[in-house]
Amino acid sequence: MNDASRVIEVNGLSLIFPTSDGDVHALQDIDLTINQGDFVSFIGPSGCGKTTLLRVIADLEQATSGSIEVNGMTPEEARLARAYGYVFQAASLYPWRTIASNVALPLEIMGLKGDEIRSRVEHNLALVDLAGFGRKYPWQLSGGMQQRASIARALAVEPDLLLMDEPFGALDEIVRDHLNEQLLKLWAKTNKTVVFVTHSIPEAVFLSNKIVVMSPRPGRIQEVIESDLPAERDLSIRETQAFLHLANRVRDGLRAGHSYDEVS
Amino acid sequence: MVSRHVNAAIPVIVVTLAIVVLWYVGAALLNLSWEKSVAERNGTAPSTIEMLRNTMHQERPVLPAPHQVVSEIIDTTIHKKITSKRSLIYHAGITLSSSMLGFLMGTLLGIVLAVIIVYNDALNKSLLPWIIASQTIPILAIAPMIIVVLNAVGIQGLLPKAFISMYLSFFPVAVGMVKGLNSPSSSHLDLMRTYSASSWQTFLKLRLPTSLPFLFTSMKVAVAISVVGAIVAELPTGAVAGLGARLLAGSYYGQTVQIWSALVVASVLAALLVVIVGWLGDFVNRRMGLAHG
Ligand SMILES: Nc1ncnc2c1ncn2[C@@H]1O[C@H](COP(=O)(O)OP(=O)(O)OP(=O)(O)O)[C@@H](O)[C@H]1O
Ligand SMILES: [Mg+2]
Repeated sequence: MNDASRVIEVNGLSLIFPTSDGDVHALQDIDLTINQGDFVSFIGPSGCGKTTLLRVIADLEQATSGSIEVNGMTPEEARLARAYGYVFQAASLYPWRTIASNVALPLEIMGLKGDEIRSRVEHNLALVDLAGFGRKYPWQLSGGMQQRASIARALAVEPDLLLMDEPFGALDEIVRDHLNEQLLKLWAKTNKTVVFVTHSIPEAVFLSNKIVVMSPRPGRIQEVIESDLPAERDLSIRETQAFLHLANRVRDGLRAGHSYDEVS
Repeated sequence: MVSRHVNAAIPVIVVTLAIVVLWYVGAALLNLSWEKSVAERNGTAPSTIEMLRNTMHQERPVLPAPHQVVSEIIDTTIHKKITSKRSLIYHAGITLSSSMLGFLMGTLLGIVLAVIIVYNDALNKSLLPWIIASQTIPILAIAPMIIVVLNAVGIQGLLPKAFISMYLSFFPVAVGMVKGLNSPSSSHLDLMRTYSASSWQTFLKLRLPTSLPFLFTSMKVAVAISVVGAIVAELPTGAVAGLGARLLAGSYYGQTVQIWSALVVASVLAALLVVIVGWLGDFVNRRMGLAHG
């Protein structure tokens, strides 16, 4: 691996939140390398620091110690260069804007021209199956549709790096399966780097080529599992032995993290 | 739809009726002593019923009865030309124009101060004590001084009165607007950060829109005290026109019916303005998709 293909490089990173009842060790001694074109999932029990690690990459939170580089820059430089698109755990659309103008928001801020904005909005709404919903307001859409709109908003920026915090957490199984497939197609087509937070083992195994299993108190990386599944996948792969074997490895990793918790 | 409106109207009607009844009782009680002293002076002994009846028709009652005020209002609105010095509409118009000017200036000043407070910490610390102090000074004490000073530098007419309205109305707007500008949720702010938006862009595309409901709520308070400010400003100047002037003239000559008519018109005016600003606010909230939660 040469340096150019290294998108995220984390070394000995720790983050402590000082709170009124003591320090919270949200992240401890994190080492992680993410390469160009990787689809990496963070999985782990609630409170293990998945969101925090994603936010450190996005420069929404600052590490207490250790080092992190994004595209060879500091996270702040990468943010200012608009190196990534971020999908939040909640859709966080602006309620006074229509769906189309929510998707247009980052493009307006980037100073793009009207025509360019319109065509990107149209393209990305179609990508998440929301063509024809541009004029609706967020409150007129279901939670799942809102979350898809927020994904379209992140994609419209056309970032090489996509940071997604449980984007499908609140959706039903069917919609989730569908969006998982869509996301995988998009990833295969565009060679984007995706960092994806999830609670679901099947989702992590289905989507990723690298699964980062995390454990809580203090938040740290338990195990990094490289997937040997073929890059070309559809939902039927979930019935295969290789898939189930991988899912079991992830489950064991999660268990190991948990028992540590009970001993301490 | 209709029944919902009727249901909403019932409490309003009940309260209004209760006020009218209380008002009549108060008028009878407060005006009774005058009737007694008249009877004593004339050496007559009218029955209580007769005296009570008379309390409803006194020339200069302590508290005029509602129907006296209503007939005075009708007399001085519908039955007088609008340009007449005796028309209450004319006087209300004078007060309205200066309070509106003051309200607009106060709203602008409030917004500007709020933006400064939210965006500049140093100015925030140095401005805030003054802003709060300005509201602890009784307006009746400084209104005459402001008017006299402005007159001395040649500012006359609407402007000095509007100044008092502004002085009162900027405060709720500033307070509401500071709250509104600080109201975006942290995830909405984070979003702007991931776009590396400038603080001007964050202001324009996030803080300003989220502050609008707060702005309109505080503008409802501001518009009502703008009317109060304009009336207070008319008192010390010996103004010849405006609802304040009517109050003053009424009290010089003991014309309590005239005073109460002016008071009622002033409160109706203020209530109307509050309702109009409320409608505007509802309209904006609906346009912004906020009324749907
Ligand atoms: N701003 C903050 N201040 C103090 N503590 C925080 C803050 N943000 C997160 N934490 C704490 O840091 C730890 C990690 O939180 P984080 O949100 O990263 O967990 P998570 O893995 O994303 O959990 P979930 O799966 O529930 O989203 C938790 O113990 C949390 O309480
Ligand atoms: Mg989280």
